[in-house]
Amino acid sequence: MAALNELTIAEAGRKLDAGEISAQELTQDCLDAMAAARDMNAFVTETPEIALERAAASDARRASGDTVGPMDGIPVALKDLYCTEGVLTTASSHILDGFIPEYESTVSANLRDDGAIMLGKTNMDEFAMGSATVTSYYGPTKNPWTLDDGKDRVPGGSSGGSATAVAAHLGLAATGTDTGGSIRQPASFSGIVGMKPTYGRCSRWGLVAYASSLDQAGPMTKSVEDAAIMLQSMAGHDPKDTTSAPIDLPDFRAALTGDVRGLKVGIPKEYVIDGMPEEIGALWKQGAEMFRDAGAEIVDISLPHTSYALPTYYIISPAEASSNLARYDGVRFGLRVDGDSLDEMYANTRAEGFGTEVRRRIMIGTYVLSAGYYDAYYVKAQKVRTRIAQDFDAAFNDVDVILTPTAPSPAFAVGEKMDDPIAMYLNDVFTVPASLAGLPGVSVPAGLSAEGLPLGLQVIGRAFDEETMFRAAHVLERQAAFTAKPAGMRG
Amino acid sequence: MTYIIQGETGDWEVVIGLEVHAQVSSKAKLFSGASAGFGGDPNTHVSLVDAAMPGMLPVINEYCVEQAVKTGLGIEAEINLHSVFERKNYFYADLPQGYQISQFQYPVVGEGTVTLDMVDGSQRHIGIERLHMEQDAGKSMHDQDPKRSFIDLNRAGVCLMEIVSKPDIRSPEEAGEFVRKLRSILRYLGTCDGNMEEGSMRADVNVSVRKVGSDELKTRTETKNVNSLRFIMQVIEVEAGRQVEVWESGGEVVQETRLFDVARNETRAMRSKEFAHDYRYFPDPDLLPLKLSEEYVAMIKASLPELPDQKKERFIREFGLSVYDAGVLVQERETAAYFEEAATGRDGKQAANWVTTNLFGALNKLGLSITESPVSAANLGKLLDLQADDTISGRIAKDVFEIMLDTGDDPERIVEEKGLKQITDTGAIEAAVDEAIASNPEQAQQVRDGNGKAIGWFVGQIMKATQGKANPGAVNQMLRDKLSSE
Repeated sequence: MAALNELTIAEAGRKLDAGEISAQELTQDCLDAMAAARDMNAFVTETPEIALERAAASDARRASGDTVGPMDGIPVALKDLYCTEGVLTTASSHILDGFIPEYESTVSANLRDDGAIMLGKTNMDEFAMGSATVTSYYGPTKNPWTLDDGKDRVPGGSSGGSATAVAAHLGLAATGTDTGGSIRQPASFSGIVGMKPTYGRCSRWGLVAYASSLDQAGPMTKSVEDAAIMLQSMAGHDPKDTTSAPIDLPDFRAALTGDVRGLKVGIPKEYVIDGMPEEIGALWKQGAEMFRDAGAEIVDISLPHTSYALPTYYIISPAEASSNLARYDGVRFGLRVDGDSLDEMYANTRAEGFGTEVRRRIMIGTYVLSAGYYDAYYVKAQKVRTRIAQDFDAAFNDVDVILTPTAPSPAFAVGEKMDDPIAMYLNDVFTVPASLAGLPGVSVPAGLSAEGLPLGLQVIGRAFDEETMFRAAHVLERQAAFTAKPAGMRG
Repeated sequence: MTYIIQGETGDWEVVIGLEVHAQVSSKAKLFSGASAGFGGDPNTHVSLVDAAMPGMLPVINEYCVEQAVKTGLGIEAEINLHSVFERKNYFYADLPQGYQISQFQYPVVGEGTVTLDMVDGSQRHIGIERLHMEQDAGKSMHDQDPKRSFIDLNRAGVCLMEIVSKPDIRSPEEAGEFVRKLRSILRYLGTCDGNMEEGSMRADVNVSVRKVGSDELKTRTETKNVNSLRFIMQVIEVEAGRQVEVWESGGEVVQETRLFDVARNETRAMRSKEFAHDYRYFPDPDLLPLKLSEEYVAMIKASLPELPDQKKERFIREFGLSVYDAGVLVQERETAAYFEEAATGRDGKQAANWVTTNLFGALNKLGLSITESPVSAANLGKLLDLQADDTISGRIAKDVFEIMLDTGDDPERIVEEKGLKQITDTGAIEAAVDEAIASNPEQAQQVRDGNGKAIGWFVGQIMKATQGKANPGAVNQMLRDKLSSE
């Protein structure tokens, strides 16, 4: 029998229910795998004591018939952007040195209350700013997928630690957060499923904020079914977050009917971009054919403002970030580097505490909000954002879901694109538009690049219609039948 | 009542606009559940939101919104059904978020009016530009330690209303009257306790000067955080005077932020570092725009109490008061209630006289507020009744009032116990009158000779003889009867 850590949530749930395995065995296998994979640097903090304690509690519940749901006893990793009570929370930044929250984020509390077991806190791009998990103060995370060239691949980002934790079976699933693609792009790079819900579906309370109008928590899993199970636990209205939607949750798992006959799948022509490898376009075509084979209708659509999405995103998100990150000032928590005056202390603390990419975005954000530039940048960007959302609204009059590539390339080598922020930003070109429109999107592993690295396809749904999006993604997953494994993990 | 500064080059007038910060009377802060109470040990009224811990989010306190809308209606202002909270970004140690959540482009309340009754009987209408809600900052204490500053976040996040007047104010007195009136409205509404000592109300004072007759608006200065009525008026005087001097000496008034130095009675410019901010306002993405329905506003409007202006009109109408007396009586809700209780069913003018002269004078001497008055409104009313039905004379009434101030006793009991009832028995009065005439034949003759003044002298003698208890009207009549019929 394969090690238990290689199970999906659904499989493990069945075995737990059948009494074939215990949560403690399942958790121990994950902890062993984590210990064996430390060179991947997937975790900033491991929490084995908490994990085993919660696993024991889960087993006790199961023994007395008090199991609380399909996440009960399931070991998961949490991105280190989720504040966790009593556990170091860093956002992979030096400036949060020693920060141990007295509170648990709503989403991780939901998971905990549903019996999920926290394995640890995963590495990420600092403050979720990046697409490769290379801006972390704690060093880059490695993708378990490698080639014969001996170079490590990035797992994508910013939720790269979570992607690696799932792809390398260090946990059964992980939480990520997605602002412009930070769940979906690493999922594509790592051959897993990564799902960003509709903005407002999950509470942001207790998530270290990057760009408030875009940040969303979401599941990173080994299957679409697992994503549906996990989202069910994570999501829901939270009165502590006024941007969380007061809408009842549907049964996401029940939406996975396997039937897409008559479903209209849109193919946006603007997602063909210059310099995109041919194999990405080819995979996209294959994806459309898979849908057609399953009885869906393929519809060509247009999202005319797509090309403005990336620049719009790189105005709005740094603007919000520049303000959100003002609270890291050395006064109340985290790092403080003294100075001769208050202003000097601020400057010293923030210069030392923030990495290059974070400082760059704070400066961009400060600039676009400045007097004299605000209208030309921020206000204009908000207008374009509205246009982009209107594009999707119009398209969804004609189609039920939209199919696109997730990322314009497979995982690149650690160290590449480091000195070219624009090239790095291009990673998000296919994920950012749905983020700006607040729409749900999921990346499903659909094939391998010519070299042998995983590639994902993205299914975008209507706002608060994760059910249709999941149903389509589930069929795409079945048709693609992606079974490839990273080199080191091939049996 | 024009306020003119006579300069060397001519007469100048002053143009004043006030930004009044009024703390909303609410139990909890604007965006967190923490207590908004005054006092408390430092940093004991601080939630995770107020301390800006990572991942914390603001949630609007609906009670505060209601108070802002109420206030808007109280100053006859337009209520904006769509308003937006924005972030005002700047770094300071007592501002944990690194930004203040405020309203900028779209405030909850738009243009309104506050009407002032000036001492000379004239009225002034001062335009209100807007009212918006915002968070207060914490408090920095620089005097506790030679090297370090301490921060108290108890105030951080408390809801303030910033009420901005148009530059319609023309004198220190008008500015004082404006703040007094605004404070009165807020206290009637219960939306702010108006307590300037505890910092519940403070003002930024915008001042510019111009030659009389000109309608140009010259450069203004803003003097921040002035926390008493007297200081607001002083700031205007000294700042206007300073500006006239600057212009007349060929200088240029600079648009700047100034502070009032109470000890020196002068304003001085803040160091440029203290205010040179580009606040980078933008809509707070953590908060949805604030949307109010017409029904919600109508509901609040229907629940408004009678406001000072309405009450004043009613007092004039129902009690026949002068505009001035009515204005004085309605300024404080408690005073108005006191007056109304004492005056209802009685002579309103007389009640007003008693309250504004005797009672106010006495309370002033005792250093008591109207709610602490030893003389209750009911008892003052009884005193008025005793006077009205001739049980006691006006002079005795004053004596009884003094006793009431001391003891708080019921005037009926005082009059009974001390035997102060007016003598209305004609026989007793007649005896006293006869006695007086008999003892003072010279004066009696003077009256007979047509000296009216002498009658008054007799009345005084008889009142003295009866310890003030004789009815002066009856005495007067009887004297006339006796001295003319002989």
